[in-house]
Amino acid sequence: MRLSCPLCGERDRREFTYQGAAAMVDRPAPGATTEQWSDWLHLRDNPAGRTRDLWYHEAGCGAWLVVERDTVTHEIFGTALVGGDHAD
Amino acid sequence: MRIDGMGRVDRARVLGFTFDGRRYQGFAGDTLASALLGAGVRLMGRSFKYHRPRGPLTAGSAEPNALVTVGRGARAEPNTRATMQELYNGLASVSQNRWPSLALDLLSVNDLAAPFLGAGFYYKTFMWPKAFWEKVYEPVIRRAAGLGALSGQPNPDRYEKAFAFCDVLVIGAGPAGLMAALAAGQAGAQVILCDEDAAPGGRLLAEAEAVDGRPGADWTAAQWEALRAMENVRLMPRTTVTGAYDQGSYGAHERVAQHLADPGAAPVECFWRIAAQRAVLCSGALERPIAFRDNDRPGVMLAGALRGYAHRWGVAPGRRVAVFGNNDDAHRTARDLAAAGLEVVALVDSRHDAENRAGDVPFFPGHVVSRAHGRRGLSAIEIRGADGRRQRVAVEALGVSGGWNPALHLTCHLGARPVWSETLAAFLPRADAVPGLRPAGAVAGALSTTSCLRDGAEAGRAAAADLGFAAVLPAIPEAEDAPGRLRRLWAVPGRGRAWLDFQNDVTVKDVKQAAAENYASVEHMKRYTTQGMATDQGKSSNIGALAILADATGRDIPQTGTTTFRPPYSPVPIAAMGAGAQGQGFAPVRETTSHAQSVAMGAPMVEAGLWYRPSYFPRAGETTWRAACDREVAMVRGAVGICDVSTLGKIELVGPDVGAFLDVVYTNRFSTLKPGRVRYGLMLREDGHVMDDGTTARLEADRWVMTTTTAAAGQVMRHLDWVQQAWAPGMDLRFVSVTERWAQFAVAGPRSRELLNGLLDAPIDDAGFPFMACGPVSVGGVAGRLFRISFSGEHAYEIAVPARFGASLFEALVARAEALGGGAYGMEALNVLRIEKGHVTHAEIHGRVTAFDIGFQRMISPAKECIGKALAARPGLVEESRPQLVGLRPLDGQSPLPAGAHLFAAEGAVTPDTDLGYVTSTGYSPTLGLPLALGFLANGRARHGETVRLIDRLRGAEVACEVTDPVAVDPDGGRLRG
Repeated sequence: MRLSCPLCGERDRREFTYQGAAAMVDRPAPGATTEQWSDWLHLRDNPAGRTRDLWYHEAGCGAWLVVERDTVTHEIFGTALVGGDHAD
Repeated sequence: MRIDGMGRVDRARVLGFTFDGRRYQGFAGDTLASALLGAGVRLMGRSFKYHRPRGPLTAGSAEPNALVTVGRGARAEPNTRATMQELYNGLASVSQNRWPSLALDLLSVNDLAAPFLGAGFYYKTFMWPKAFWEKVYEPVIRRAAGLGALSGQPNPDRYEKAFAFCDVLVIGAGPAGLMAALAAGQAGAQVILCDEDAAPGGRLLAEAEAVDGRPGADWTAAQWEALRAMENVRLMPRTTVTGAYDQGSYGAHERVAQHLADPGAAPVECFWRIAAQRAVLCSGALERPIAFRDNDRPGVMLAGALRGYAHRWGVAPGRRVAVFGNNDDAHRTARDLAAAGLEVVALVDSRHDAENRAGDVPFFPGHVVSRAHGRRGLSAIEIRGADGRRQRVAVEALGVSGGWNPALHLTCHLGARPVWSETLAAFLPRADAVPGLRPAGAVAGALSTTSCLRDGAEAGRAAAADLGFAAVLPAIPEAEDAPGRLRRLWAVPGRGRAWLDFQNDVTVKDVKQAAAENYASVEHMKRYTTQGMATDQGKSSNIGALAILADATGRDIPQTGTTTFRPPYSPVPIAAMGAGAQGQGFAPVRETTSHAQSVAMGAPMVEAGLWYRPSYFPRAGETTWRAACDREVAMVRGAVGICDVSTLGKIELVGPDVGAFLDVVYTNRFSTLKPGRVRYGLMLREDGHVMDDGTTARLEADRWVMTTTTAAAGQVMRHLDWVQQAWAPGMDLRFVSVTERWAQFAVAGPRSRELLNGLLDAPIDDAGFPFMACGPVSVGGVAGRLFRISFSGEHAYEIAVPARFGASLFEALVARAEALGGGAYGMEALNVLRIEKGHVTHAEIHGRVTAFDIGFQRMISPAKECIGKALAARPGLVEESRPQLVGLRPLDGQSPLPAGAHLFAAEGAVTPDTDLGYVTSTGYSPTLGLPLALGFLANGRARHGETVRLIDRLRGAEVACEVTDPVAVDPDGGRLRG
C-alpha cells in the first residue's frame, strides 16, 4: 500500500501510522453535552466502501493526514493535511 | 540421458555434484533436475502421503515432485525444487521423505493402505478412541507424512530485503515480456524486468521455432543485451514477482546466490518491494497434465517440459518416448524429440479427428494412454482405443499435455476472480483485476509466439504512453503463429488411481468422493482432499480437479468457480522476508552516551523500550542486586548520586504561542510560567485518562523544553503534532524532538550543589537557583542547561549538555560524586527513591487511570480548556469508589509486597467480587527499613491507616498491610529546598 503525503509525496505505508476514523476531527465545542462528547469519542461508522481516516506520517514529516479511501477495493481517492493547508 | 547435439548447456564446463551421497556430473547451465535426468536418474523424491516414487513433472517453478534438500548442516535448504536449483560444482543434495533410502522406502507401505487413507481419512479413521489422537495417531502420521526437515540449527546464511521503484514493471522475460520491456524502455520509462528463471526467454529456450529467422534463444540473447545497454532498464533474473498489492506495490523474491557454491559476501536471497506506476504481466502459461491410472510414475512428465529438457539442456528421461495429448501443441514434442534422434514410439491424441503434425511417428488419433507401468520408473504405457482395445508399449518417458493454463495468479491477488474461456478451455485474467497491471501474451490467452511478441510490445508501449512517455510500437519480429487447437480431456476413465495433485497425493477418486460426500463447493473440496494445498499450490492440478468436481456435481466450470489465489506465487523463505530481523536486528538498540562506561562499571543493562539503562552499579563485596540498590538509595539520600536520564523524551518548543499551546495539552496552566522556571505538568488523552506527565521548562520567553517519560516519548510527540495540526493550526510555534541531541544527568542528594559548584564555570546558590529553576550554565566551556528538579525527592538537579559531551560529563560527575561519598545509581535505586516519594510512573499511569485516581484532580485547571477535560468529568471517572493511589507497608515490617498482587478487606471472602484494588510498584526502602508499595485501592484516600490484605495466589503471598499516603519520605518536601 502506498500513500501520498501532501508534503513529502508518495511513500510506502510503513512510514505512516494509522489512527482511526476522521470523525475525530469534528470535535464537540467545549460546552457540548456529555452525550455529544461520548458519541464523538466512541461511535464510529464501519463502512464497506468509501471512508475517511487519519494517518500520521510518523517516519516522515510528522504531518497528520485525512485519507479518503475505499475499504473494499482499497482505492485511495485522495489525501489532505488534517488542518487544511497551513504550511507556511 | 544426454542427447547428442542438443541443449544449450556448456559441455566444456563439467560440474561435479552429489545426490543421496552418489557422485554425478553435469554441465554449466544445468539445473539439478536436468543434470540428474542427464545422468539417468528419474526417481528424485517420494510423495507426501503414500511415499510413491516420483520424478520431475515440470522443468520450472510449478514443480510438485522433485523436491530435495540442498546443502549440508546448518546451510541445508529443504524442499528445494530440483527444477529451479542451478547446478554448481560441489552441490550436495539429498532426497526427502523416505526411509531408509529413496529406492527402498519402507513407509511406502502407506501406498498399500491407500484404501483407508483417501480424502478425509483424518476425520474418519482416527476418531476413536479419543485419547489415541494425541498419543498415537498424530505422532505416527507426522512421522510418516511430510517433506524435508529443517536442520534445527541457526541459519548462518545472509538474507536481504530491498526496495525498488520504476515506471513500468515487466513480470516475465519471455517473448511478451522482452517486447514489453523494449517498448517501454525505448520510450524512456524506468523499467524493471523480472524473470524467475536464471536465463531470460521463457518458452523460447524450450522450443525449436525460430524468431526473426534465428533460434529463439539467440534472438532472446540479443534482445537481453539490447535491454542491458539501456540505462533506464534494470534486468532482474532469478527474481520471481510473488505478489501484487495495493497502489502498484509488488513483492519479489530474488535468489541472489543460491546458484553459487560460495555466496561470498552476497546474500543468498533478497526480498524486494517494488513500487511501480504500471505493470505488464507476462507470466506465460503453465501446462496441465491429463490424469490416468498411475500417471505419477517417474518418467511421465508434461509434454512441454519433455520438449524443454531436450532443447534447453539436451536431456531426456529415456531413449524410447511417447507423447499423449489432447491438443496440437503436444505434437511438437513428438516432432522435436524425433528430430533429436530419440525413438518416438507413439503419439497418442485423444481427438479422433486430429491430424498428425509430428511427421513420421506412430500416430494414435482417438486413443488415450490409460495406464503407466513401472514401479520406480516408467517402463511401459497402455494405449486404449475408442473401441476399448488395449496395447502395451514399452517406453521410458512419456510427455503428457492437457492444454495450457494462463499463469494469472497475480491478477487474483487483490480479490478478482478469473473468467472462464470456453474457446481456450482455460481461465483468463480480468483486464482490470489489478489497477495499473495489464496481462500480455500467453497469460492473456495469446498462445502463439507471434501473438505474444505483438501483445507484449503493445502492452509495454501502452504502459509508457499512459505515463506520458512518447512511445512507439517496436517492430514485431517474425515468428510462428500457429493457432493451437484443443479438445478438453481432464482424466482418462478407468480403474485404479489417477493422480491430480502429485505433491499432496490427491487422486481423481478423492475429488469424486468429496463430491459424493457433499463437499461440492470447490473451497470445501479443496480442504477435504487437500487438493492444491501443498507448496506448489496446485499449479499443475487445480484446474483439472475443479473440472472433475464440476463433472461430478453436474455443473459447468464457471458455476463451480475457482479457489482463491493468494500471494506468494511461489514459496518465499521467511528468512528473506524478515531479513535483518534476526538476533540483534530484531529491534533497534538505543544507547545513551554513558552506556559504555556503565557497562565498564559492571552495571547489568536492562531494556526500557528500545533503550538500555543500567540496573545498578555493583561494588566490591556486594553479592546481590539488593545490596547495591540499598547502598545507592542511601547515597542519594545521604550524599549525592548520578543517574543518566537522557532516555526521557525531550521536545523543544519555540515561538510566541508555546504557552497557549501548552495550556491546551496540559491540564494545568503553563502560559503563566516565567522564563527561567520549570513546572510539572499532566497530560490527558481525549477520553480523560492520563496520557503522560513530566516537567516543562521555559528557558527563554519563546523557547521551552518539555520532558516526557521514556515510555511515552513517541506517543506524546504524535499527540502534540495532532493537537497543533488539528486544533491549533493558527498558533505560532514549532517543535521538534531533541531526545538524542542532549545528554542529561540527574545529580541528586544533599551534596548535589556542592558537586556542581566544583564543576560549573560559575557557581550557583539557592537564591539564584531555587527549586524549579532552570537556566543556561557553562561546564568546562561547554554551553549546557541546568534544571533544579527532583524525581528522588532530594535536593537535586538535572544537567544537560549536547550529546557529544555526554560521556565525558558522566565520567566527571561520577568521579566527583564518589569523592563526596556518593556515586552512580541505576534503575533499581531510581525506582525505590520515587516509590519512597510516592511519584508515579507508567506502572501507575498505565492508561486506565484518571487524574482523580492518582490524586491530581486539582491539577485540571477550572479556568481553561484542555485536551481530555470534558470527558474526564464524566461521572464514572470521578467516583469515590474508584481505585485511588495509596501507599502500602506490611504490618510485620518485613514481608515483601509483590507487584501485581490484589487487595482485599482485612477479613472476609476473597473473590473477584470483593477485590478492592492492586499493587503497581514495590521495593524495599532502606530509608525506612521496610518494604513499601504503591497501588490502587477503592476509595483509598479515605482509608489511610486502615488494614487491607494483599493476596498473590501466583506467588503464594498473603500480607496484612497498612494503607498510607503515597508519600512515605519527606511528605512536606523540605529536602527539595534550601
